[in-house]
This record gives sequence, C-alpha cells and structure tokens, in this order.
Amino acid sequence: MTLRLVGPVTLANLIETRAQLSGRANVIDLAGVTALDTAGAWLLISSRAKLTGASTAQAVLLATVTAAMPAASTPGKRPKSWSLTAVLEDLGRRVTAAGVGLLDAIGFFGEVVAKLANTALHPSRLRLTALVSHMYQAGLAAVPIVALMGFMIGIVLAFQGESQLRQFGAEVFVVDLIAISILRELGILLTAVIVAGRSASAYTASIGSMKMREEIDAMRTLGLDPVELLVLPRVLALVILLPILGFIASSAGLVGGGLMAWIQLGITPGMFRTQLLTNTGVSDLLVGLSKAPVFAVIIGVVGCYQGMQVKGDAESLGSRTSRSVVLAIFLVIVVDAAFSIFFAILGV
Amino acid sequence: MEPIISVRGLTTRFGTTVVHKDLALDVTRGEVLGVVGASGSGKSVLLRTIVGLLKPSAGQITVLGTDVVTAGTAELYAVQSRWGVMFQDGALFSSLTVRENVAAPMRERLGIDPATCAALADLRISMVGLAPSAADLFPSQLSGGMRKRAGLARALALDPEILFLDEPTAGLDPIGASEFDALIIALQKALGLTVFLVTHDLDTLHATCDRIAVLAEKRVLVTGTMADMQRVDDAWVHAYFHGPRAHAAHMEGAR
Repeated sequence: MTLRLVGPVTLANLIETRAQLSGRANVIDLAGVTALDTAGAWLLISSRAKLTGASTAQAVLLATVTAAMPAASTPGKRPKSWSLTAVLEDLGRRVTAAGVGLLDAIGFFGEVVAKLANTALHPSRLRLTALVSHMYQAGLAAVPIVALMGFMIGIVLAFQGESQLRQFGAEVFVVDLIAISILRELGILLTAVIVAGRSASAYTASIGSMKMREEIDAMRTLGLDPVELLVLPRVLALVILLPILGFIASSAGLVGGGLMAWIQLGITPGMFRTQLLTNTGVSDLLVGLSKAPVFAVIIGVVGCYQGMQVKGDAESLGSRTSRSVVLAIFLVIVVDAAFSIFFAILGV
Repeated sequence: MEPIISVRGLTTRFGTTVVHKDLALDVTRGEVLGVVGASGSGKSVLLRTIVGLLKPSAGQITVLGTDVVTAGTAELYAVQSRWGVMFQDGALFSSLTVRENVAAPMRERLGIDPATCAALADLRISMVGLAPSAADLFPSQLSGGMRKRAGLARALALDPEILFLDEPTAGLDPIGASEFDALIIALQKALGLTVFLVTHDLDTLHATCDRIAVLAEKRVLVTGTMADMQRVDDAWVHAYFHGPRAHAAHMEGAR
C-alpha cells in the first residue's frame, strides 16, 4: 500500500507526520513533500518503507542520513542495580575512595607543612605581595561583618543570661557569663565559622578556576610550585589574621553584652569592668585565641586542597566549593571540641 | 536573490575602542562564506553580533527577514531556532552528557518525547562522525576534536538553515581538520545549509568556502572567491593569501 506524503516533513511537524506513518504503508511517495530535513529523513528511514519520488536534493539528504543511522539504539546509562553485590560493591568503592581521599589530604597537609618549614628557613621565598593581598581580602575586609557578629552575640547572651539568672537573683553574673563564653569559646569559634564561609569558598573557587584553565599546570612546567605560590600565602594570611579577627569579635561581644547589661539590668560600665576584672583574666582570652591559628590552618588548607581537586568541569568547581565550606566548618567544630577536652584536662 | 544575512552600517564599540565602523556584508542562501582577518580584527565579534549576543552601537542586521538588533524577545526566539551556532571550544553544557547536550535544544524547544529526542540526538552524533560510545560521555571526558564535533552536533540539533561556525578547525590535527572540512561540505550539500564560517585556516578556506570576506580596517575590505583574493591589491590580503602557508595550502588545493 502506498502512502502519499504532502507538505513539509520536518522537525517542526514530526509528531503529525509520525501519526500519518503509523498505518502499515510499505511504499511512501515523496513527490508532494515540499521540505525535508534530517529529522524528517530519520523518521522516513526508520519506518522501513520503500521511499519513492524523492527529488535529487532529497535523495542526497536521505542517503546521508541512511549512512549515519545509528545501529539499533544503544541503551543509555546502565540503570542502577540494587542487588546485594552491587550495593556491597558501591559501599566498597566509597570506602576505598574515602580512604584514598583522606591519605591524599594528609599528603597535601604534609606538603604544606614542609613548604612552610622551608619558607621559614628561607624567608626570601615568601611571596610578600600575595600575602599582603590575601591578608587584606581575608582579614581587613572581614572586620565589619566579624565585629557586627560579635556585637550581636554579646547582646543575645546578655538577654538569655539575664532571663535565666534573674530567677536566682544573680543578674550580676551575667557579666561572667558573657565574658567567659565569648572570650573562651564563641568569639573565636564564630569568627572561624564566618571566615570559613568567606575565605575557604573563595580559596576553592579561585584555585579551582585556575586549575580548570590549566594555570596550575603552566606553573608546574615553569618550575614554579603552586603550593608555595598559591597555598602558603593564603594559609599564612589566615594564620596571621584569624587571631586578630577573633580578638575584634571578642571585644565587640563584650561591648554588645555590656551595653545590653546596662540597658536591661542597669549594670553600669564601671560595675561591668569591676565584675569582669574579678572573675576573668587574660588567660581566658589567651585560651580562646590560642585556638585561632589551628582553625586558620584548617580553613586555609581545606579551602586550597579542595581547589586543587577541581576537575575540568563547572559542576566539580561548584561541588568542591560547597564541600570546602562544609568540611572547614565541620573540622573547626570538631577541633574546638577536642580543645575543650584538652583544656579541661589541663585545668586551664 | 534575497540575502539570508544582511548587515548594513554596523558599528561596534567597546568603550573607546571601535571594532567595526560602518561595516556591510551580505550572505546569500546556500553559500559557504568564510570570514578572515588578523587576530583582533573583530571576526568573532561580528559573529556574536549577528547572532544577537552583542548589541551593536549602530547599524542594521537582518537574518532570515528578522532585524536581530531591534527584535523583541519572541521574534528573536523564533529566529534562533532557524540557526545553529558552534562556538570555538564547543561550549557544551558541562553537567550534561553529549547525548543530553545535543537533545537539549529539541527538548526545550519542541514538545517531542524523550525517546525520540534521544534517537534524533544519536543520529546527529553519528552524522558528525562521533562514535556511538561518545554519546554517554561528559564534555570533560572528550578530546578537543570530539568537543568540536559534539558542538557541531548540537548546532545541527534543530535542523537550522544557517550554521555559524567559530574557528571550526582551530586546534585540530591536519587529518582531523580536513575531515571536519569534508564533514561541513557534506552536511552543507545534504542539508542545503548556509554556512557563516570564521577561520584562520587557509586549508579550510580552500576546501569549503564559496566566497571569502576579508575583515580589515574595521570593515569588510573585500569579498570574493579564492581566485579573486589572489588578485586583490592590498598589502595585508596579499600577505595573507601569498604567504608561505598560503602556498602550501594552494598547492594542496590545486592537487
């Protein structure tokens, strides 16, 4: 039976044409076809009918498409199997990948430490311009947000402390609550969280895009060491500035707490100062700030390491950047917990 | 015959740098036009302006009867499905496989079921000479030549009337490049395409182009066939078409 097609047979009316072809025609007459494109040709050829009446140009097109017809459509990606062996295999792969990743990260950390030691021995190798630029971006530019955050935390602590301590008539100890929690813990911890969000992501994105554009490979071929050039200035900038940012956050926290205590409880700045001096000492601030360099190394190394792991596509840059922030914050909190236990045992 | 692309009085400026000044160019239906010029003469800028990615400072650009400079979103959307653009490095979407990349324009533009989209994508992939196994790979897993072919497959996805190619053979080895030239000619013949080709490659010019437009001094200096180019009395054109590389290409073309 012969089917006469009339009008265009193109991508735009593929669905209508297919409906016409659904009858079991074994000869298709193309004499009335006004326009034919590759999609139309594909449809005609896959109908397996005999094609007649094609113009010269249409015949060329049909021949081209016939030559290019893919062998019986290959199934796409293998669907994920949920059999026990497949699940075990998947688990095994993940565990091995995690193990390899951990070793790799430790290796990278070791490399950074070794280069740091080398730079300490040869200070002239330190890239001072890069260091100062990163100190500005990661440090000075973060001062407003960090100070505001500290101030707010002070206010929150004063509010919460007041409503609890009032029940015991011990409102004046709000000062101790604010001072101890901010100086020992919150000031530096929250500063580290903010810096992790700001700088770890920035480091991953900038190093990652350099990796994508083969800049890192270019450095290696020139005999330049990417760790020395890119990682050390960034990590060092954080090590120098995180304690300062922590100090600023803590001071702002005391100011915020003191202000709220004054407004809410009538504790004058003078009383605040006296209470502060009797029960807290410089050691509390030092306990807090001593954690800062460790947090700085974690943030810097995680950010740079994740940047170095970026592969060629934009997707991996995005996933590495978010992973770097989550991992940096997570590790900072884990290490902070370890510090708390350590200081408790030492009795500091 | 009515030109399919017509550019009149085009002026493009970036800040104080003038890239094109009062540029005019016509492309007729069914021809392969090669655009050549020194690096930085604004070949790619011209291509990007014609497809509406850059807004010119002045001038009129008509493609398939639509003025792309003043066209509204809907008009531009309609004309966009009648041309395909292949960017220099393929510009594939990195989160999609090759098949999904090629199927993307069909999936977004036409209400075709996914199975047909995938089958048509496989046809395009095979037409540009990629192995079927490449369809499931991601762009980052492809070599430069494969990325270009995949980019061409995506440009062909909507069965366009005009194909814009930006440096299609740059970075390919000579065998890959001449295969690519042959592919463009074969597709152009079979599909009756109009091809707007920006290139530096003299072999490609010899092999594929019906007409050549030379971009210099901020305008189209001269247009004509390869034979016309040999007779143009301009220092740059002469150096371009009579340089040592030109002779090698010409010898090959004559053989």
